[in-house]
This record gives sequence, structure tokens and C-alpha cells, in this order.
Amino acid sequence: MFSADLLANAVVAGILLGGFYAAVAIGLAIVFGQLDIVNIAHPAFIIVGAYIAYILNSRFGFDPVLVGLLAAPAFFFVGALIYRVYFLAFERTGQESLSGLAFFFGVMFIIEVVLILIYGVDYRLVQAGYIGQTWRIGFVDFPLRMLVPFAVSAALTAAIYAYMSHTFMGRAIQAVAQDRLALQLMGADPVRIKQWAFGLGIATAAIAGSLLIIIGPVEPSVGRLYIGRAFAIVVLGGMGSIKGMFIAALILGIVESMVATFAGPSWSPAVAFGVLALTLALRPAGLFGRQ
Amino acid sequence: MTHSRRKWLLISVALAAAAALAAPLAHAQQKPIKIGFSMALTGGLAGGGKGALISMEIWRDDVNKKGGLLGRPVALVYYDDATQPANVPGIYTKLLEVDKVDLVVSGYGTNLIAPAMPIIMRKKLVFPALFGLGANEEFKYDRYFQIMPAGPAPKLDWSKGFFELAMEQNPKPKSVAIVAADAEFALNAAEGARANAKKLKLDIVYDKTYPPATTDFTPIVRAIQATSPDIVYVGSYPPDSVGMVKAASEVGLKTKMFGGGMVGLQFAAIQKNLGPLLNGIVNYDFWVPEPTLNFPGVNEFLAKYRVAAKDKGVDPFGHYLPPYSYAYLEVLGQAVEATKSLDHSKLAAYMHKTTFDTVVGKVKFGKNGEWARTRTLQVQFRDVQPDNLEQFAGPGKRIVLYPKEWKSGNIVFPYKQ
Repeated sequence: MFSADLLANAVVAGILLGGFYAAVAIGLAIVFGQLDIVNIAHPAFIIVGAYIAYILNSRFGFDPVLVGLLAAPAFFFVGALIYRVYFLAFERTGQESLSGLAFFFGVMFIIEVVLILIYGVDYRLVQAGYIGQTWRIGFVDFPLRMLVPFAVSAALTAAIYAYMSHTFMGRAIQAVAQDRLALQLMGADPVRIKQWAFGLGIATAAIAGSLLIIIGPVEPSVGRLYIGRAFAIVVLGGMGSIKGMFIAALILGIVESMVATFAGPSWSPAVAFGVLALTLALRPAGLFGRQ
Repeated sequence: MTHSRRKWLLISVALAAAAALAAPLAHAQQKPIKIGFSMALTGGLAGGGKGALISMEIWRDDVNKKGGLLGRPVALVYYDDATQPANVPGIYTKLLEVDKVDLVVSGYGTNLIAPAMPIIMRKKLVFPALFGLGANEEFKYDRYFQIMPAGPAPKLDWSKGFFELAMEQNPKPKSVAIVAADAEFALNAAEGARANAKKLKLDIVYDKTYPPATTDFTPIVRAIQATSPDIVYVGSYPPDSVGMVKAASEVGLKTKMFGGGMVGLQFAAIQKNLGPLLNGIVNYDFWVPEPTLNFPGVNEFLAKYRVAAKDKGVDPFGHYLPPYSYAYLEVLGQAVEATKSLDHSKLAAYMHKTTFDTVVGKVKFGKNGEWARTRTLQVQFRDVQPDNLEQFAGPGKRIVLYPKEWKSGNIVFPYKQ
């Protein structure tokens, strides 16, 4: 069954899939990787983003990606507000480890139930001109349903990376991740910086949601399927490393695609998480984490 | 008319009016017959579960309008099982021990029927069940009655039509690819497909399962394509079915027959979104608006369903599950009325020997509680236009190919995208 075109297509499909995984994981790379907040509700916010894309697409014909970009600022403010609640209720009193986790579990369930109550449990999908089209270069296929999410995710990752590396606030976020006390001694307010960073992480969920609904149908509880994968990507890439997260997402996507093509799709999660376990055994801090 | 005759006439009218008013009052004061069940109102199967509940409430209202069962009103007592099998035993225990329901029916789906079986069997209750594939195969419970028309050998009958249709074509297919989700229903469907393929001496060139969390199906379809199968049998759940159909189109899958056991292609929202990508696919179904399946009462029921389902976030047409969730209560209700009893042994005996008239046609159960004869339809999508939901409300888009007695058209073969 092995052939060059099968191999090339498997690699390309894996890269495109990995690109989408990066969009799902980038918010967690900031919130979990840099702020150490176990936001288990992140995929639920992605589903909210998907529903907003669905509503504006089905009612007004808006492109889902455009909706994702437009919704991102609103998500930012919601994220900032949630962090403020989290800080006041848990972080300030030092109860963030277990109680904080329970808090985000609660947020996840509330989001799911609210979506069910408002929109029901039917599957939701979007229409866009590029969904269903495929570009063919030689013998390699580029389905636009996967290529568009990849391109948007790559641009989002590049933008977040540049923001983190070249802006004052981006550097402040990295600083608060490294040494909160030192930052406080420099006169900066770590709570405000973390609130900003949390908002930024949640804002990416709006875009990831719009990409998710381009790829396939969405219902309120579908986000749970991505919890394990998203956290695994952040850990594999190295906590706090945006570049590492993107490469880890690509690795996971390529491994899944290659295994699905040549060995059988039921092996994909086992092999992908096997790669994670092996990498962590060799490099406990992940691919780009500080040792 | 004399004064005394007028007086007697007035008294008679007053007594007749009082009797007429007292009858519904007595009916209302009667203790209701409680029918208990768990239902997937949240979680993965909630799309079907909520639609089923709507149709069960329509049945309850229809029955109560006609005076209830045995002169008593009917009440439904239900709890959300959240599509979690672990919740089901607790729910049925509560229904029986705390709510003291008179009758029970199952929730929706194989995974949510099986966990209730030990409790139901211990209490020796009649158990009408809703869409479980081979759920009684291990239990062999003689009071289990499955409304899904899979047939006496559910796993085999599920795909029998797909393979029989394929083998009637010229040239006859020689090879098959079987791909299924790694979950209960799809694995059962794949097991049946494998057995049917072996019986027909088809060469199985691809036989794999995929995890339910699969996002991209193009690598799977491409791997199938590499084996050049004559036909492709898919056992999948709604999101996967969408992914599989889109991937088949994107990869340009070349095969003569594609489909079989794809759940989701029966739902209006998915049909609308996939549009012309569906054309040519042959897939199972249980009811479609073709003239051959115009059973008495089904259109009246669906008209009520469409009104009740509006703005509830469930399938707007309700062709797939709702007629059957109405029918399994119809069967139970008819049995109660005919035996004039809530005695489960009498009900079970009656249900085994009787052919029921329901909105899904005549229902006759076999020895194992499945339909005595399969009516798993194989339908082919035809002439589907883009972005048009209403086209699926009427005939002509899902042509019935199998079984022959319900056939509404001939297959277009080979499959063309």
C-alpha cells in the first residue's frame, strides 16, 4: 500500500491538521503554559466561538473566519472578567490548584448547558465558498476546508509570537510567568498583566471556534474531545513556548495522519500520545521548554 | 307540555349534563398510569433523545385526549441520562423504587439500553426499547421488544440490503472496504458487514476502525482509495459521517457504492449542509417521505412533530427517530388496552403474538424481541440541490432501494460524486 503520493498526502494532511490543533492549543499555551492556570474550559470557549460563527453565517452569510476575528475582542473582555473572578475567589487566597480546577470545570458545564438551552443539541454547520473545494498540486491535495484553518492558525501563531517577543505587554506576560515577585518589585502589576494575558488566551478561542466549525459539525459538548489533545500539545511544546506549541501541534497532526494512513486510524491516539510520553522522558520540559 | 313533564325534562337534561361533566373529572381524578424512562437530553445522543421525547409527549397528549389508558390518564416520568451509560441503572432504580412507575420503556441507543437490562430483567418487566442494535443478543430477555426494524438478526440485517443491492449489479463487485467508528453501534454494524461480505465471498481489502475523536478523515479515505475497493461500507456517527462524506469528495474517492451504516445522513441539518455531496450515496434509513412508506397516521404525526419541534434545536422534520419513539409507546398502549391490564406477563404474551398497527406501519415482533422481518431500508440520495432544507421534507431525494416491497426506485450504479 506504500506509495510516494500516499506518503506526501499523509504528510500534508498531517501538517494541515496540526495547524488546526495549534489554533485550539494556542490559548492554552498562554493561559496554562505561561500563567499556570489550568483552564479546562478553554475548549468550551472554542465551542462558543463556533456557535457565534454559525449564527452569523447562517443568518447573514458572514464568513466564519471573519466572524472569529470580529468576536475575538469580545472574548478578550469576557476572558479578562473571568480571570478577575478567578483571582478574587481562588488565586488571591492561594486556593487556585484544586478549587481553581473545579471552577473551570464548572465554567465548562455552564457553557455547555447554556448552549443546549438556547440552541438545542442539533449539529450546527456553516457554509462558505471554499468548503468542499480542493487545490491539487501535482499529486498532492490541499482541501481548502483544512488549508484555510491552517493558514489562519499559522497567521494567529505568528501574530501572538511577535506580540510576545516584541511588545512591552508581551514581554511583561513572559516576565510574570517567570518571576511574579521580581515583576512586582519593578513596579508592574502582575494581576493586571495576567488578566490581560488570560483575555488574550480566551480571544484566540473565538478564532479557533470559527476554524473548528469550518472543518466539521459542532454540538455543545464536542469541545471535550479536544481537552486532552490541547493540553498534550502545550506540554509537548514546552510550557509557555508559542513556537514549541506550534511545532508540537504539527508533530501530533503528522503522526496522527501517518498512522491513520499506513497502520490504521485506531492506532493514531496511542501513537501520538506515545510520542508525547517518549519526548517527555527524554526532555521533561518539552521540546522548547526551559530545562 | 304540563308543568310536571317540563320539570322532569329539565331534571333529565341537568342529570345528563352532570354525567357528561363528571366523566372527564373522574378521568382527571384517576391516578395516572406512569411510564418511566431515561432519555439522552444532553451529551452526544441528545439530538435524537430530545426529538424522541417530543414525539413521546405527542403520544401522551393524543392518548389523554382520547381518555387515557384503562380510563386513567397517562403521565411520562423521565430523567436525563446525559448519554452516560453509568447513569442509567440509577435512573431505572429511582423510577421503580421511588417514582413507582407502572410501565417502563428504554432510553435511546444501544449503549443506554444495555445498562438498564439487568434491573428490568430482575423485576420481570416488559421493556419496549428504542434503537438498540443487538442489545438483547447477550441477555436473551423474553420481554424485550425492539421498535427499530433491524430484523431478527440485527447485526447481519443492518447491512444485508447494502450488500444484496451491490451483488445485483453488473459487473458484480469483488472487493469491499469496511471502516467504522470505534464505538458500540458502529462496531456491531461493521461486524455484520464483515459477515455479509464473507458470505458473499467479497474480498475485504480494508477493515479498520477509527477513534471517535477523529478530526480529519482525508488520510482514512486516502488509505481506502489506495486499496481500490469496489464498494465501501462505513459505520459512523454524525460528525464522522460529515467528515467522511466531505473527505470522499475532497480526495475524489473512486468506488462503485459508498455508504451503508452512516448515522447522521438522516438528519435535516446535515443533509442541508452536505447538499449535492450526498448524491449517489446508498445508506440505511428507517423512514423517508416516499409514497411506498405512507403509513396511516404517519403524516399527521409528523405535522404535529414539526410544530412541537420548532425552535427547540432538534431535527425539524423528524423522519428518522420520532415516528419510532411514537410507535413504541403506541405498541405498549395498544397492549395495555387489549389486555385491560398492567400485568407484565399478560402484556408480554400479547406483544409476542400480535401484529400492531402503528404510525411506522405494521409491527410484529419475533421471538428475540426484534422485528420478525427486517425493514432496514437502503436509500439512495438523488438530485439533491445545494443549500435547500425544504427539499428533504418531500419525496424524490431519498429513493428506497431495499427491501423490495417498499422500493420506490432503482439504484444508480456505479456511485458518482
